[in-house]
Parts: sequence; C-alpha cells; structure tokens
Amino acid sequence: MSARAGHPQTPMLELRGVRAAYGRIEVVHGVDLEVPAGSVTAILGPNGAGKSTMLKVVCGLLPATDGDVIVAGRRVNGATPDQLARAGLCLIPEGKGIFPNLTVRENLRMATYTGRSLASIEERTYQRFPRLGERRNQLAGTMSGGEQQMLAMARALATDPALLLLDELSMGLAPIIVEELYAAVAEVAREGVAILVVEQFAQTVLGVADRAAIMVHGEVVASGPPGELARDLAAAYLGGDGGTRSPDGAAIR
Amino acid sequence: MVLAAWLAQGLGPALDASSDVDKFLSFTVAGLSVAAILAVGASGLVLTYTTTGVFNFAHGAIGMLGAFAYWQLRFDWGWPAPLAIATVLFVLGPLFGALLELVIFRGLQQTTETVKLVVTVSLLFSLIGLANWVWDPDVLRRDAKFLSGRGFDVAGVAVTWHEFITIVVAVAVAAGLRVLLYHTRAGIAMRAAVDDRPLAALNGARPDRSSMLAWAIGSSLAALSGILFVGTISLAPAPMSLLIVNAYAAAMIGRLRSLPMTFVGALVLGLTEGYLRGYLSDWTDNNQYFDSTFVSAVPVIVLFVVLLVLPSARLRAHGTARTREVVPMPSMRGAFTFAAVVVAGTALAIPLLTTANAVTMGRMYGLAIVALALVPLIGLAGQVSLAHWSLAGIGAVTMAHLGTGGSPMGIVWAFVFTALVGALIALPTLRLSGIYLALATAAFAVFLDRWVFRLRPFDLPFTDVKIALFGTGSVGVPDLKLFGYTFDTYYRQLMLMATTFALMSVFVVWLRRSRFGRRLLAMKDSPAACATVGMNLTMTKLTIFAVSAGMAGIGGALIGSLQGSTNQQNWEFTVGLPVFMVAVVGGIQRVGGALFAGISLAVLAAMPDWPVLRNVSWFPNLATVTPGLMGIGLGRNPNGAVADMREAFEPLARARAVFLAFLAALGALYLYVVTSDVGAWWLIIGGVVLLLGATAFVQSRARGADTGAAGPQPMFAGDELEWVGIDRPFTPDDLAALDDRLGALEVR
Repeated sequence: MSARAGHPQTPMLELRGVRAAYGRIEVVHGVDLEVPAGSVTAILGPNGAGKSTMLKVVCGLLPATDGDVIVAGRRVNGATPDQLARAGLCLIPEGKGIFPNLTVRENLRMATYTGRSLASIEERTYQRFPRLGERRNQLAGTMSGGEQQMLAMARALATDPALLLLDELSMGLAPIIVEELYAAVAEVAREGVAILVVEQFAQTVLGVADRAAIMVHGEVVASGPPGELARDLAAAYLGGDGGTRSPDGAAIR
Repeated sequence: MVLAAWLAQGLGPALDASSDVDKFLSFTVAGLSVAAILAVGASGLVLTYTTTGVFNFAHGAIGMLGAFAYWQLRFDWGWPAPLAIATVLFVLGPLFGALLELVIFRGLQQTTETVKLVVTVSLLFSLIGLANWVWDPDVLRRDAKFLSGRGFDVAGVAVTWHEFITIVVAVAVAAGLRVLLYHTRAGIAMRAAVDDRPLAALNGARPDRSSMLAWAIGSSLAALSGILFVGTISLAPAPMSLLIVNAYAAAMIGRLRSLPMTFVGALVLGLTEGYLRGYLSDWTDNNQYFDSTFVSAVPVIVLFVVLLVLPSARLRAHGTARTREVVPMPSMRGAFTFAAVVVAGTALAIPLLTTANAVTMGRMYGLAIVALALVPLIGLAGQVSLAHWSLAGIGAVTMAHLGTGGSPMGIVWAFVFTALVGALIALPTLRLSGIYLALATAAFAVFLDRWVFRLRPFDLPFTDVKIALFGTGSVGVPDLKLFGYTFDTYYRQLMLMATTFALMSVFVVWLRRSRFGRRLLAMKDSPAACATVGMNLTMTKLTIFAVSAGMAGIGGALIGSLQGSTNQQNWEFTVGLPVFMVAVVGGIQRVGGALFAGISLAVLAAMPDWPVLRNVSWFPNLATVTPGLMGIGLGRNPNGAVADMREAFEPLARARAVFLAFLAALGALYLYVVTSDVGAWWLIIGGVVLLLGATAFVQSRARGADTGAAGPQPMFAGDELEWVGIDRPFTPDDLAALDDRLGALEVR
C-alpha cells in the first residue's frame, strides 16, 4: 500500500488542529497545514517554535495530543515510524540523518525495504551525488558534514518517498553545499514528491519553496507564497506580535 | 592446523624427536578446540553488545543453562544427540533469548550503564541459582564428547571427533555471522539500530525486532559454546557461568565490536592455554605455584592487560543516557541519629537473640559494611568495582595473620593492606569507566579466585617474609582485643560490628558533605568539566578507591573474626555479587542502601533455618535466587528502594505526636516481649504492624486535612517543579523547599 494511491487533488500531507506536548508542556498549539504533491513547502521560525516537534508528530515519533494527521487522505494518528516509512513517508532528522558506523553502501542498503534492489539505488544515487560513489565503502561517520547530509538525502530519495520531511537540512553546512542540496530538493519536487522543509535559515529555502509558513511559539502565524512572507520574517524572529507570548499562548501582562 | 603442522615441521630440528612434534601438534589441536569454544562464546557476547548496547554478564550463565538443557535431553531423556542439539540451539536458546529481550532488556534502553550492569549481573546470579535448583548439583555430569570421544589420526596426531566438530562449528559460526551482519538487510538493520534507533525506525527497520533477533542469536551461540564445553569439563553452574570471563578477554581484543578480531583473540587465548597446559611444568621446572590454577587464571590476566593497553578512545562507553539520579545531602544530625539508632537498637535486641540470631545479625552488619564501602565509590564517584568482596577477603586474611592474639593492629593492617591493593587496582584502571572498569575489577577478582587465593604458602621474593594466605585451606581468625577487652562472644562481636557500621556510616555522610565528597560527585557528573577547573582526577580516583577498599577490608576482617575461621570459598567472586546487586537495589547513594543490603542478604541466608520454613524443601533455592530477582526487578530505580521507603514513612516522622505515641507503643511492646517468654518474633511482627498502622493513620489524617479548609501546604503546591512560577507565583517558600530537596547549602 503506497501513500501515492491518494487522489491527485487531496494534499499529500494535511494537519488539522494538531497539538503536541512533552509531558504536560504543550509545544504545538493547533497547527493546520497542507503539503500538496510535487511542491516544496517551507516552515520557518526561530529556535523553539515547535517546528521539529511538529515533524516528529507527522512521522510517528511523538503522538499528537489532539487533531488529525492525514497522509494521502488517510488519518494516520497512532501509526508507528516504521509503518509510516513503509507507507512512503520519509524524514531526514536534524543534523544526524545517517548511520555513522555503517558504510555508505550499507546506509543505502537500509533503504531497500521498499523492494528496490541495492544496485539500482546505488546507480541512481551515484549519478546524483558522484562524491558518494567515490566513498561507497567508507564509514559514513568519517565523511564531512556536507557529504553526510548528501548521503542522508540520497538514502531518503532511494526509498521513493511520496512525502519527504527535511529538518534543518542546512544546519552547520557551508552555504555552497546548502545550495547544492536545495537544488536536489527542487529537482525531487519536480518529480512529484511532496516536500516539507523546516528551517531556521531562511534565504536559500525561500528560493526553492512553492509555499511557506511562519511558525512561532507553537502556532502558524503567517502563511502564503514565499515572496510575501519574507517581510514578516523579521517580526517573527525579532519580536513583534508573535514574539511576546508566554508559553501558554496568553499575552504577557 | 595446517599452519601448526608447518610450524611444527619448522621447529622440527629444535624439537628434535618426532614424538615431540606429535606432542606439540596434539597441544595445538587441544588449544584450537579451546579457541573455538571461546570464539563462539565471545562472538555471541559481541553480537548482543553491538546490537543492543547491553554487555551481558549473564552470557556464560545462558551457555551453562544451554549445556544443562542439552544434558537433560541427551542423557537424562536419551534423545539422539543431533535432535537434542538442534532443540537447544534452534528452539530453546532463541526462545530464551527472545524472552529475555521482551521481559527484561527492552525496558533498559534508556537506563545508565550501572543499571544494565546490575541487571545482567543479577541475571547471572539467578540463572546459577536456577540451575542448582533444577539440576541436582551433586550428580556428576562430565565428559560427554560427541561420538563417545572417538577420533581419528592426522599425521600421527590423535584428534577426537569432538575437537574436530568444535573447530568446524566455530569456523561456520564466524562465516555465518559475517554474512548475517554485512550481507543481509536484517543484519545491517541490527547495526543501524545501534547507531541510531529512531532513525532506523524512520528507515522502515523494526528496532525491537532487531534487538530480539540479536538476543535470540546471542543466546543460541551461548548455548552452543556451553554444549561444546560439555566435552571437556564437568557441568557445574557457577564455575561454568564464569568460564565466559575467558571469552571476555577475546571479546575485548575485538574491542567488543570487531568479530574477526574477536576470533583472533580467541585463537591467541586458546593456543596459549593449550601450550601452557602442555609445557608450563617443563618451563617452570615443576614450580608448584605455576600449576593448572595458574593456567586457568591466564585468560583473566590477558583480559586485564588488554583493558589496560587498548587506546582509551576506543573504549568509549555506549551512548550514555541521562537519568534522574538524585544523590541526597544527608545532615550530620541525621547521620548521628542513624548511628545511635543502629547501636541502641542492636543493644536492645541482644537480650532477645539466640546465639544463631546473633551470628546472623553480626553477619548482616559485616555485609552492610562491605556494601557501605561501595557507597562513596559507586554512589558518589560513579566508579564501579566488582572486586570489593575479594578485597574484603584480603582484609580477613590480613586479620588472620597479623591480628595474632586479637591485636587491633590486625584491623589497622587490614585497612592499610586492602587500601593499598585497592589503589593498586585503581592505578592501572584510572582511565577506564563504566562497563570496562567493571570488567577490569571483575577480572582482578576472578584472578584472585582462581590463582592467588589458592596458592600454597610461599616466601615473598627477596625477603624472609612467609606468606600463607588461607594456609592449607582454612585459616583461623582471632577475636579482636581492644584495650584489654576481648570480643570473644557472638554478642560482643555483634556490638562491635554494629558500632563499626554506625561509625563508618557517620564517616560516609561526613565524606559526602565534605569538599572531597563534592569533588567525587563533580567527577561522576562530568570528568571533563572537572579537569577544566583544575581538579586532579587521578588523585581523586585513587584516594576514593583506596578508602573504599580499606573500608571493605575492615568489613572482611570483622566477618572473618565473627566466623572464627575463613577459607577461599568464602570470598569467591560469585559469593560477593549479591552484595553489589542488593546495595544498588537499596540505593547506592545512601548509607541506608548499605544497611538494606546487609539486612536483606543476612535474612535471606538465615531464612531456610527458620522453624516455619525448615521443612519447605524448595525454600533454600528460592532464597538463593531472590537477590538476583531483586536486582532484575528493582535495579531500574536509579535512586533505590530505600529512597522510596523513606518517602513512604517520612510523614510519620514529621507528625510529632503520632511519632512519639508510636515510639511509646514500640517501647511497651519491647518491655512486654523481654519480660515474658512469647518469643522475639512478636516484637518484629508487632513493630511492623505498629509502623504500618501509624503511617496509615498519619496519611488518613493528612487526607482529612486536605479536604478541610487549610491543610499543610505540600511542596510546590502539588505541582511539578517546572510549573511553579507558571501556574502560580514563585515564592521564597518554594526556594527554601527547593534547597531542601536538592540539599543545596544555605545562602548566607
């Protein structure tokens, strides 16, 4: 059963009033979001806005306390990460999307649960990222940060995901590598994959995103085309309306 | 073997006669077969460690269980050998492993290394108890070689089929594991789950299944090594479970990661053992000290050495988890009260005690002292030692030889000697921590067990000093004489031990509160941070190891004195494990945890002799297994059982009036029991009933007050800490409550 069986008009991922909490502390206060197939949706926001938490909820690592997570028209609340992965959802987590003690090839092998052969995965990967081909028998943990992130991307793409979630892809990487990675992201979206990107670092991602939303203190405070959102960014990061809320959402006296 | 033959031919001229070549070859074959068994055992160990992060101290015990199961099927029930082996390897072993994963180890993923250690050590202990329970230990089960020990000749060397099969099996296991881990998705997923469990799940792997598979295969390999051992040794639960210590050395050579290196390690160890058994007596000119006991100690020496020479970066502990361990800050007043209650309570109990009970209670304090020695070392400094029981043994021996006529110098020397030995262990192991330190200290303890403690009397090299550890088997330990007063009855000894324990607990509390205690805690929390503020980690570790060892030595001296004589079996590694386990269960950060360990172990040991239980045939077995079960079940609470108990009974101590009434009732009961002849049991039963009743009363009263207008304000108004200040304002009272909870010093 692939998530791609969904009707073309339904968004690949839809969140309706999703709330999530760590223990008693709620950090996502009712988020609504749509990610259509074949597009890049960017979520921007400062540190601690609940962006990564939201991704954890989508991929099943953290249960939603309220609301619906809908993938390809099906409500998937309560599904485990491996079930979602097998259904075509793929997350590259923040900063550590690889298995450092496996070789590059073995990392790619982890993507073979979809039924594709290792040979075809390797062929396509090394075509897209030739540098990984040179290092196929190297332990992934010994490569540079950019190469590791490439590998994470490559492994994610090898699963032929219908929905790809990227958490802080640019973190700690040189700008030129970030651009290279985002070029790959845009290319993948053109192939029909729904992509949700979460970033603090806004410039590059706004260049490739089709839609964007700003998240502050666990809520989406603005959304729209990237061009329109750019000017709201400063307010979101540096204060303004969104920046003066206490954790329970009430304005501070 | 080809290599060995070639080597033998090369050495041919040197070895001179062809019979020598044959001898060399047959030792080689024997060594290879030992190596094969070690390799199978060690590879299972490495497999579970790399895939689940648990270093399984009970691996050998699982192998032992497999061997017993095989024996049961093959010889007691008369199954054909292949069927019996297949059943153990492909049904019982994997099932047992999967069950262990499901019931015990799945819940341990986010715990500290110490907890994992306690749980696997406890498992080891319970499995030994279980095997002794199920299979009568007095029945001799030995020498069951495959195909009845028949064999064949290769180039004039007799090789048994058993040896041949063993070597072939090891090669097959090596190849099989290589294929599994590097060429199947299930194997790669196992390794991936070690690197990053959530990420593996995101990649469609099922980490729980991977772990279960690893445990199933690991147990099966353990059972395989156990079955192969059946051909060479007689089955005995404890020694067989510890044979795995030999495999630890091989696994360590593989740095607990690399299977090929593990196999190399096994080869080196096996051949070493084979040649030593063959040639050691020739080389050392039949020196009586380098006999078979020395050969059996060699793998442990290798383990110790390997741990010391491996580059430390490679010994990085498996992903450490943050836990909510609380080290309490006891007050000096509390410590003195505790000490007074211990001494006074013991004095009051004496009129009620039979001699046997006095011995039990004395032993209880002895065990508590050894456990107390672990409190500053493990609880405060975070340094695990599994050698403390052996150190206590050294204390007992010292008292026996240097405390002649009850001289108090015996105790002093017991402290000094064990402190020195403790420092000696600490010195090379300074850079080790966690599981590696535990292994190194275990290696040391087993080394003492297998060789040093069994040595016949000898002269210390280059001196006239004669050293006779346990003499011809058992050595008398004199009663202590202090200022002309001899502790020559069990009751006097009991008072002596209670007082010593009380004084030492005050010392430990003082240590915790001192500058040095703060250093220890800082070292445990972050060695790196300590180094950056200029703390001398080496001296700190060395000091605490020595002090702690010395305390254990005093405990050992007193236990020896109480027993009147002592022997090597008293201080075996496995005998001491429960002290470590139950002290952690009770709460290794507190003095109370040590007393908990003493009480539990002494009572458990004495219970089979109680009149009500004397005729219950299975009870002694249950009593042996219980400490292990406690460790498995309760070892997870990082703060120990005593902390929970304290929490439960604290309201009673705070409610002054009820508490005084409780004490008065207890006193009245005591007087009644002393003056009548109803038996001391009624005091204990009555005391427990009174305590529970009073606590229940205080609790119900508190509940009544809560429903009323203004009950006493609970700490943080019933909120968790993080909500204080959000739900309601943060007050100075909260600050005081916080300080109290954390044991912070008053700000002046």
